[in-house]
Amino acid sequence: MIRVQEADFDIGVELARFASGDRGVGGVACFVGLVRDMAEGKPISAMTLEHYPGMTEKMLAETEAEARRRWPLADCLVIHRYGRLRPGERIVLVATASAHRRAALEACQFLIDWLKTQAPFWKLEESPSGEARWVEAKESDDRATERWRGARAD
Amino acid sequence: MKVLYFAWLKQKIGLAEEEVTLPAGVSDVAGLLDWLAARSPRHQEALARRSVVRVAVNQRYARPDCPVRPQDEVALFPPVTGG
Repeated sequence: MIRVQEADFDIGVELARFASGDRGVGGVACFVGLVRDMAEGKPISAMTLEHYPGMTEKMLAETEAEARRRWPLADCLVIHRYGRLRPGERIVLVATASAHRRAALEACQFLIDWLKTQAPFWKLEESPSGEARWVEAKESDDRATERWRGARAD
Repeated sequence: MKVLYFAWLKQKIGLAEEEVTLPAGVSDVAGLLDWLAARSPRHQEALARRSVVRVAVNQRYARPDCPVRPQDEVALFPPVTGG
């Protein structure tokens, strides 16, 4: 399931509800992305996430479909926020459920790596002095995505 | 054609979106970017570094040789930084 929203989410509530009732699930993995208070050695006071409504949901749904093709997932959840966020606030939640831990853990890492380079989100960081700067894409993120190309679960 | 701009492309051009009428001869993404760049000095500056401009046609990533038609929704944006 994909959710793109401005509002915060409650990790406890989401994970308690996630994959509940499916007794075949032996493991749930999750990743939570947070806003840091520093970027490249400089303090950050806020961050605004812009996105492309419509394409965002489409790309996230395709990423979920790709994860489900690669691993035997019982369930999959991606919540990604947009709007102005403060350091410490949650940006993204990725959760995966499978019969065994390996598929859940790997699929979770795949989803966060893949969405970072595919989903149309852009971060605008604000410094305490009021300067705003668009975050540049990292080559290390491209490499993290590249790592999954052709990779398949056994 | 509807053209959308995001992040610093939106700021530099000063528009979130615009409706444009494609001239004859503009048939793919590369041609569209050349034509858009000539619309104003702001467009030209925003589109100067093509290597950092990503394009989506009808909400799908598109390469320079991807065809474009008048009814398409085309979006221009920098490399994405979500997650």
